[in-house]
Amino acid sequence: MIDYVWLIPLLPMMGAAVNGVLCSRMPKKAAGLIGCLSMGIAFLISVSILVKLLGLAPGERSVEITVFRWITSGSFNIDISFLVDPLSTLMILVVTGVGFLIHVYSVGYMHHDSGFGRYFSYLNLFVFFMLMLVLGSNYLVMFLGWEGVGLCSYLLIGFWYHKKSASDAGKKAFVVNRIGDFGFILGLFVLFWSLSGHGISSLGFKEVFANIHHLNPNIVGLIAVLLFIGAVGKSAQFPLHVWLPDAMEGPTPVSALIHAATMVTAGVYMVARNSAIYSMVPAVGEAVAVIGIFTACLAATIGLVQNDIKRVLAYSTVSQLGYMFAAVGVGAYTAGIFHLMTHAFFKGLLFLGSGSVIHAMSDEQDMRKMGGLHSHMKITSTTFIIGALAIAGMPPFSGFWSKDEILWESFRGGHYLIWAVGLFTAFLTAFYMFRQVFMTFTGECRADSHTKEHLHESPSVMTVPLIILAFFAIVGGVVGIPFLAGGSKLHHFLSPVFGHGAATAAAAVSHGPGEAIAAVAGEGAHIAESAAGAAGYAAHSSLEFILMGVSVAAGLIGIFLASLMYYAPMRALAPSFLRPEVIAGRFSALHTLLYNKYYVDEIYDAVVVNPVKRLCAWSLSFDLGIIDGIVNNTAWSTRLTAWFSHKFDIYMVDGLVNSLATAVNFNSGIWRRLQTGYLQNYALIFVLGILALVVRALMG
Amino acid sequence: MLTLTHFLILSFLLFLIGVAGVLIRRNILIVLMSLELIFNAVNIVLAAFSYYTGNLNGTIFVVFNITVAAAEVAIGLAILVCVYRRSQTVYVDEMDEMRG
Repeated sequence: MIDYVWLIPLLPMMGAAVNGVLCSRMPKKAAGLIGCLSMGIAFLISVSILVKLLGLAPGERSVEITVFRWITSGSFNIDISFLVDPLSTLMILVVTGVGFLIHVYSVGYMHHDSGFGRYFSYLNLFVFFMLMLVLGSNYLVMFLGWEGVGLCSYLLIGFWYHKKSASDAGKKAFVVNRIGDFGFILGLFVLFWSLSGHGISSLGFKEVFANIHHLNPNIVGLIAVLLFIGAVGKSAQFPLHVWLPDAMEGPTPVSALIHAATMVTAGVYMVARNSAIYSMVPAVGEAVAVIGIFTACLAATIGLVQNDIKRVLAYSTVSQLGYMFAAVGVGAYTAGIFHLMTHAFFKGLLFLGSGSVIHAMSDEQDMRKMGGLHSHMKITSTTFIIGALAIAGMPPFSGFWSKDEILWESFRGGHYLIWAVGLFTAFLTAFYMFRQVFMTFTGECRADSHTKEHLHESPSVMTVPLIILAFFAIVGGVVGIPFLAGGSKLHHFLSPVFGHGAATAAAAVSHGPGEAIAAVAGEGAHIAESAAGAAGYAAHSSLEFILMGVSVAAGLIGIFLASLMYYAPMRALAPSFLRPEVIAGRFSALHTLLYNKYYVDEIYDAVVVNPVKRLCAWSLSFDLGIIDGIVNNTAWSTRLTAWFSHKFDIYMVDGLVNSLATAVNFNSGIWRRLQTGYLQNYALIFVLGILALVVRALMG
Repeated sequence: MLTLTHFLILSFLLFLIGVAGVLIRRNILIVLMSLELIFNAVNIVLAAFSYYTGNLNGTIFVVFNITVAAAEVAIGLAILVCVYRRSQTVYVDEMDEMRG
């Protein structure tokens, strides 16, 4: 079955092609069916690949499938080839699984939209590129997917292109992503250039990782930094995070699929895939972790005061992505991927839930105009609260296990500051999520009467995906529970991928308990399994339990505070200084700063956008004035020269020729009179000539 | 008694008549006939000198001349017919296509 892995990206691509070509000639049902069916089959194939992979020994769980040769240049070859290993299998399961649910949901959400076929074409195309990204077994196929998802992101953010804000947001996302992509491709150039210096002209992951230790660590650091710049752009990390909140202009299922569950996690996947590179340069990993946790905290503080239901979730996504980068930065790749997976479930769920709310509220997104929706839409509100509990890190929901693993790994690695900021961010996360829950689903409904009349639960085509995602948001963490028998299943599953990297990383950063990881990461991962399960987790479990308690407490405090401020029954109990408007009034400067997202957009406008615009205006005037002036003057002078040349030609050259001809004509006019044409004239002259000769002879 | 001088005078007169005919007459047939007169004036001179000097070469030459003249007239008349067909005239003063 693994041999048929190429079917997984092919199916969405065919769906995209069919929907794209026939979008206007096909009934909506057919377009939706094609979109969902291609995703469903791809998901089933992914599941069967997982089953096949689990049947193999852990050391053999890495299969490369070459489909065809893409580029040949001398000894340098690039194949379209897929790498099936635990990491990519996990990613395709998330992409096709969550993607399938979101496709189904979209059938209900977009049913009234005229661009239905176009929407499904873009969505399928996106999934195709995302699968190329995660399945590619060399950097160029990965880059193909990397650029493709950026394109589809642009297309889908600007899906309602007649709305100026949407088309602007699409352009912004594209341009900001380009900055990151530039770093990414520079990284590839440096990688290829430095490896070819050692006689390796290949961009395949296997060849690169096997030979990366030949390179100078400084070069490796440069490569790691450049690749991370790509990840910063794609995964919306500070300072390139500005596009993601604006991307909420797209349809909500798009936000769920692209800007929460899959595409934005591509950066995390990329860093994890390159664990061999990043574990060689712990300093760069450190920087990755710092940027990640800084972004996490920054975005969470912005999320505290936003009123748009989707923007809160957008900043929450940026924040959670920051967590993932903190994890992969400190070398806890499994924790990062684990959080990526659970985040896909609960953030997909939250976005789809907010879509359901927006659908019910007749496209209203302002939470100040919502409230009391729980009584109108029980399934949506229940699933949304499950998602909120998961992201807030409440046990036993999935987000608890993954977030706690990140905090634990950073604490254990000695990154206490990252742990502390992460803990604080967990508190903020719990607060803003439950602020959202209370504002949306509890209290009095603040919508106008017209909207109130139309309040309704969404159709089952939308609620069923919510329920399925809620189920996974609850139980999705089971695979990564550390203290079950044998330790974290996910950890053992992924350890062959990160083994070579984690060994170096653990050696570099571990303090005591890290030896367990090092043991797992060794060559014989399956032998170390039991040792890791028994010895490793026994050694650190007591400390881990304490830290778990601390992070749960942080989450609980956040929820409690949110309820005091925004949940009507609790508000009555709360002291007056905890009223949101009082706090906003007392810290008005801070509130304004947060409400305006730290003015990052304005700073960019002032520092980059406006100077570039002025440069453009200046170049335009330069172009019009100088360049066009030169061209036009050249044209004029050419015309003038041509005019003179024309006159010279007519009067001088032609005049000379004509006057010569006239002279010859005039001259010949005289002499041709001799030729009378009369026979007898010639005869007379003939006779006279003879006479003259005779006379001359006689005289002589 | 006929002497060589009488023949030369006859020949000279015939020649003059021929030249005058060629130069004066308009009809191209007459011009051609006048040319024959000039020819025959020459033939008479040749025959006369042959007779009075006793050299037969001249007489033989006259016989050749007559033969050649007959052929020449045949060709000349053929050309004349062509000229007539082309210009629909026999008058030489109207045949001025060669005028410059």
